Amino acid sequence: MKHTIQALVENRFGVLARVSSLFSARGYNITSLAVGETADPTVSCMTIVVNAEDERILEQIKKQLNKLIDVITVNDFTHKEYIERELILIKLSADRNCEEMLTTAVKKGSIRVIEKNKNFCIIEACSERHKIEEILKELKKAEVIELVRTGKIAIGK
Amino acid sequence: MKGSRILIESLLKEGVEVIFGYPGGSVIPLFDSLYDAPIKFILTRHEQAAAHAADGYARVTGKVGVCLATSGPGATNLTTGIATAHMDSIPMVVITGQVKTSLIGNDAFQEADVIGITRSISKYNYLVKDIKDLAYTIREAFYIAASGRPGPVVIDVPVDIQTQEAEFKYFDKIEIRSYRPTHLGHPGQIRKALKLIYQSKKPVIIAGGGVIISGANQELLKFVEDTDIPVTETFMGLGGFPSTHKLSLGMPGMHGTVYANMAITESDLLVSIGCRFDDRVTGKIEAFAPGAKIIHIDIDPTSISKNIKVDVPIVGDAKNILEQLTEGIDESKIPDFGPWHKNIQDWKKKNPLRYETSKRGKIKPQQVIEEIYAQTKGTAVIVTEVGQNQMWAAQFYKFDYPRHFLSSGGLGTMGFGFPAAIGAKLAKPSQEVILIAGDGSIQMNIQELATVSTYGVNVKVVILNNYCLGMVRQWQELFYNRRYSGTPLKNPDFVKVAQGYGIKGLRVEKPENVKSAVKKIISSNEPVVADFRIEEEENVFPMVPAGEAINRMIGGMA
Repeated sequence: MKHTIQALVENRFGVLARVSSLFSARGYNITSLAVGETADPTVSCMTIVVNAEDERILEQIKKQLNKLIDVITVNDFTHKEYIERELILIKLSADRNCEEMLTTAVKKGSIRVIEKNKNFCIIEACSERHKIEEILKELKKAEVIELVRTGKIAIGK
Repeated sequence: MKGSRILIESLLKEGVEVIFGYPGGSVIPLFDSLYDAPIKFILTRHEQAAAHAADGYARVTGKVGVCLATSGPGATNLTTGIATAHMDSIPMVVITGQVKTSLIGNDAFQEADVIGITRSISKYNYLVKDIKDLAYTIREAFYIAASGRPGPVVIDVPVDIQTQEAEFKYFDKIEIRSYRPTHLGHPGQIRKALKLIYQSKKPVIIAGGGVIISGANQELLKFVEDTDIPVTETFMGLGGFPSTHKLSLGMPGMHGTVYANMAITESDLLVSIGCRFDDRVTGKIEAFAPGAKIIHIDIDPTSISKNIKVDVPIVGDAKNILEQLTEGIDESKIPDFGPWHKNIQDWKKKNPLRYETSKRGKIKPQQVIEEIYAQTKGTAVIVTEVGQNQMWAAQFYKFDYPRHFLSSGGLGTMGFGFPAAIGAKLAKPSQEVILIAGDGSIQMNIQELATVSTYGVNVKVVILNNYCLGMVRQWQELFYNRRYSGTPLKNPDFVKVAQGYGIKGLRVEKPENVKSAVKKIISSNEPVVADFRIEEEENVFPMVPAGEAINRMIGGMA
């Protein structure tokens, strides 16, 4: 099951390595990880999405996260109400397929065209993770030159 | 003030009396400041030994041990010692030199990523990049090392930071918003725990290393005498409760006593205090105390429900929680554990720790330990290496006092014992310190004979010499058809080796000479290396085969 875990940490070097090594040392792959400063510049917020096969191990990882000296709080959003967003940027080859698809997608309001020329077209989408997945499916018809995504960020209700 | 002086002044403020270490290119300024500082510097002959000696110093005193080495190989040589301390929750501050800040990351001469290397084997680590942070970093490092669940903290100090100038400011208060260990037990949990005790018929207390770390031995004794619950002391907990007490069950687990393992298996309530349910204690998890409710007292929340599912967790310091429990007891509600005690007495009578005398006229290692126990009246600090020597010492010396048994429990580091014994003796010069070693492990840091000789450290080295790596050989004998792969040893003449370093050496080959030899060793007011030639194929029994249930012991069940 996918878990979304938020950790507020001290904003200093080495903290990311400590946090990520808790997962890697147990052979857990992090699905996504987003890090950024909070309103308090001494605190960073890490949003970690991880697929846990064994809930007991995840429980242990959360405790270990809490135990890290640089970690201030840990919050597992999984069974809580929260808002999530992920941003993707996609560079598409500017051909006919692309044109058609963009027209429908832009109409739906799911994507925004940022730049367009005769060779390529760069678009962005910002939404919940499952909607992003849907958009990606739609875009499959076009030729994707490059795709980057931020990983999920979340905020509790 | 120069960075190197700031560092030394900070150590003095922390009350550091001894530093174990080894110099090198990246710590020359530091050593210069150390030269006329009122801190004793002990030069070991290998950085690993410096780390273990600081560890031994910390184990015997409860204070923070300090070691120091240069960048690169100096620091990497410390890592085994750091990991050893980390596994056993030993407070240590480890100072490493680093190449100058402008060169970090450039593959400079004697550069290693010490922060990266030690991240997973230390409680915390620092790279000091600004001279202004140095004094605070040291203050914080000592606080983190000694508080909560203790552990080693590494401070990596680039050489240019050591020579830069700054004002020395001592920080009285430490405030870390993200690190606040819990000290008092939650009152609701205390009530729940007492309720379980009132409902139990066959309770057992497991006393772990946390009892010793928190200094809770008196509180534990009081609690036990008020409740009449039998106690098993884990390997790390030996000395946390008197082994000679009538309610003591001795050590549980792989080489524990039959009665401790039987009592755990049959119990209906386990009260674990500062024990993390290591796999050497539990054996097969599914068969561990199958009918028992579990109360788990630990300062480290990650230890709780890690291996064993717990019914009543109590996070906090063992000493406080034991006091809270004792205060809360309603003696009229404590059940009569008489039938349970009788049960245990029967197991004790039927299955005592035992060994047979040699049919070949050889010395039995257990006899050596028993003799040392008898002649020191249980008051010596016993340090061990790792392997059979360690288990025989744990089984046959009776530990009545905390901080009298120093051994690498979690990591099982061969080569730990000898330098740790040196650190312990330097910390407590009036205390008899005896190292129980094997012929394999003593050779992992045998160069420390030079340290013993240089500083006249009066430790006694007892080598139980069976010409093999005995513990692995035992497994090969029992589970691998006696195929002794990689375990036979060709040893040097330990007596001559000792003499080569200017240390008294003696050899003992006959059981009838053990008593007089032990007397000679203990009465000597200089260090001694004693080579006891023991029965080669002697095994440590009882034994729970790896992965088996702890009541399935071989060798030792009646």
